[in-house]
Amino acid sequence: MAQSLLIISRQAPWSGPSAREALDIVLAGGAFDLPIGLLFLDDGVFQLARHQDARAVQQKDLSANLQALGLFGIDDVFACGHSLSARGLPPPDNAQALDSQAISRLIDRYDQVITL
Amino acid sequence: MKFAIAVFCAAHAPASRRALLFAQAALAGGHEIVRLFFYQDGVYSASNNIVAPQDEQDIARQWREFVGTHQLDGVVCIAAALRRGVLNAEEATRYQRSAVNLDAPWALSGLGQLHDAIQDADRLICFGGA
Repeated sequence: MAQSLLIISRQAPWSGPSAREALDIVLAGGAFDLPIGLLFLDDGVFQLARHQDARAVQQKDLSANLQALGLFGIDDVFACGHSLSARGLPPPDNAQALDSQAISRLIDRYDQVITL
Repeated sequence: MKFAIAVFCAAHAPASRRALLFAQAALAGGHEIVRLFFYQDGVYSASNNIVAPQDEQDIARQWREFVGTHQLDGVVCIAAALRRGVLNAEEATRYQRSAVNLDAPWALSGLGQLHDAIQDADRLICFGGA
């Protein structure tokens, strides 16, 4: 059976290439039909903020890549509820908010974890 | 045990040295390294243009020698490397750049090589992530 992999994405979308590169691992795994999960933690939850205007900071829009997760068969997308509320963000449409105990169980459930 | 090792930081970051020490200890302990994968700023750990001060360790050179001596599979992510100006001769020609700073024993390849290594290994060990 394939080893499952959880990517924990901790960087804001406009702080550098880290958020995009974390997402690229997820999408590449999806393309190979591997069991992949994605958890947005700490500043990573800013990737889920609505109404972002990438052009205003002369960047490419990351949210289109997030929309592609479903197309790549990535349905296990989570966000840290504490990180969201600490940053004044509402519960996201495209990720399931988890409390810290649920996050512990989530990390336990995966064979391998990459935190970026 | 079969290890896959991922490095996400530059040669001057302490975690790159820790990754090298871990990899050396793994082989010394009779374990196997199925692949080393260098991603994000980890691509700088493979650059052969790093010049370390004389009184500091040259971790990029040590990586090169370690991977070459043990004939390990040292893969540098091509997308991350191009973005950071780490190019082998082929890519420098393709993009008409004057500098080449990646050579044997390193191979440039895609993220599929990371996933492939994870599937092949018993454990993935990461260094220098967030």
